[in-house]
Amino acid sequence: MESILVIIDAEEDKPLSGQALETLGAAAALSAIVKKEISVGLVGSGDLSKVATALAGAAAKAFTFSDAALKDPGYARDAFAAAKLVKASGAAWVLAPASSRWSRALPGAAERCGGKVDTHITSFEEKGGKAAAGRWYYRQRIFGKILREQGPWFMTIETGSFPKAAVGVGAAPAVTPVAEALPASRSKVLGLRSLSGGKQTIKPDAELLLVAGAGWTKTQKDGVKHAKEAEGLILAFLEKYGASLGSSKAATDLAAEGGEALTFMTQLHQVGQTGASPRHAKGLATCCFGEEPHVVGWRFINERRAIDLNANCGWAQGKADVLYVADVFEVFKELAK
Amino acid sequence: MSIDHTYHLVICGSVVPDPLQSLEPVVTQGKPGLKNELMLPMVLDPFVNHSLNEAAKLREATKDTQVHLVAVGPKAKLQQLMMVLAQKTAFNLVAVDAPAGGFIDSHTVAAALAEAIKAIPGLDLQKTLVFGGWSSASRASGTTLQLVGEKLGITEQFFGVDRLTPAADGGFTVLERVEAGQHLETQVAGAPAVIGWATGELPELPNNPKIGMMNMAKIMPAIGKAKAVDLASAGFSVVDTALPAEKRQTRVVKDMPAAAVAAEIKEWIASGKAG
Repeated sequence: MESILVIIDAEEDKPLSGQALETLGAAAALSAIVKKEISVGLVGSGDLSKVATALAGAAAKAFTFSDAALKDPGYARDAFAAAKLVKASGAAWVLAPASSRWSRALPGAAERCGGKVDTHITSFEEKGGKAAAGRWYYRQRIFGKILREQGPWFMTIETGSFPKAAVGVGAAPAVTPVAEALPASRSKVLGLRSLSGGKQTIKPDAELLLVAGAGWTKTQKDGVKHAKEAEGLILAFLEKYGASLGSSKAATDLAAEGGEALTFMTQLHQVGQTGASPRHAKGLATCCFGEEPHVVGWRFINERRAIDLNANCGWAQGKADVLYVADVFEVFKELAK
Repeated sequence: MSIDHTYHLVICGSVVPDPLQSLEPVVTQGKPGLKNELMLPMVLDPFVNHSLNEAAKLREATKDTQVHLVAVGPKAKLQQLMMVLAQKTAFNLVAVDAPAGGFIDSHTVAAALAEAIKAIPGLDLQKTLVFGGWSSASRASGTTLQLVGEKLGITEQFFGVDRLTPAADGGFTVLERVEAGQHLETQVAGAPAVIGWATGELPELPNNPKIGMMNMAKIMPAIGKAKAVDLASAGFSVVDTALPAEKRQTRVVKDMPAAAVAAEIKEWIASGKAG
């Protein structure tokens, strides 16, 4: 029977991520349009039936693919496992979180199942009796809706786009393990690495995003640059308010080019056209001068404020809720108190 | 470091509007596109550009490694682009004459790329590393390279790659971007593999007119021979394309003491938090 399959990575003793629950929420929205039942496909290690049981109320059936080698992400293994789950479930729609893991592997699974794939889906709506999937094009600058005739239709669901599904209420899904040996692999995961010196300044789950622009490292009103002081103030802010750090391209390029820069800034911090489009409830931009390319990176920040010495700052006018025309060093010293 | 190993490097890429251009969606003959699309200045997709830098570095570090650039786009745009790219590093161009907009199905693009790669004379797929950007600046789907890899039978694939370190035996390690600003390090036995580059770690390649002249001698005939490909996809359509209408009423706060600004920001940060 055609159904909606939600593929999630899971581990026996770990709760599901918020992104996984949002993807189940997306499945509920799609189900309301196509009137099909929701199943879940769990990929990971350990006894996944326990995880399936915890999904009571959100899925009617669960298909599991468990193998110790699936504890770590890896394209070849994940695409294989996901394709097997899809074939076992007979799903016509396959959803997965737009996490780094499934953004990599789901397209491969789609190809192996003879399906089609679209990514970063942010909405579903009924159009001519069918489900249309909404997403952004040209790096969050144009919105469009996709219609597809051919399935199975694989989609990754963008974070923060759907409410989390309620789980743990009602009947537990019937569990069907898929027992297949993973193919031989030519790759071995060595582990996680941090290129920014061990300081975790990117925090996807933080409520607040601080974007630091190149202005922090420019000559200040006393005629001197204060990059070291800027670093201290920014790090103190991140720690005190639990904020995540982003940067403008200009600030990132300074660091990459060896100019006087914020030493903890890497290209992973960059938001905008060639950077990330993070999703946080609030954003505070400081010393940023870009306009449209920069705003693109802020498309999904709900509440936006900015601090800048320029009252006509093109980035802030019409795009931020509040623009404080102030010296960011003085304000951040006060914020540190 | 020089390594006595040969890779066959194939870079997949396309052209996108210069990121600083304003874009406006239009529908022409029932198909979505951009206003004045053919007039917009185009650049090589930014992440593909990074992969070109990385390919040049890998070629320098290895023996007899050749670089092929398989570029999809309208002939005229590819020709303009090559005037700049040709000066960066030596490569063989395989041009595919096709539209390059964001509203095209990545499945048809991947099929065209895979066919073009299979037709490269002398390419040994077992030695091949397929490079490209992990996501385009147009469709931004991050799916095309996976589909190309699958069509070529390459199942070792890595995306959001910022570093590839080759080893003497032809193997290599890659750093892929994952959540929270971290990288996943993976050791790979060797080619074949698909590498979807993020920004990498290399600066822009400088222009070298000598390389440019050598490249252009081969590039112009390659563009002339470019096969026209129809990228229409049955049963696929993008509809209701629109710009976001949102414009905020910005409250501009001037002449407020720093302490008062900080107090207001603290109150705003705390608002809406549980507890």
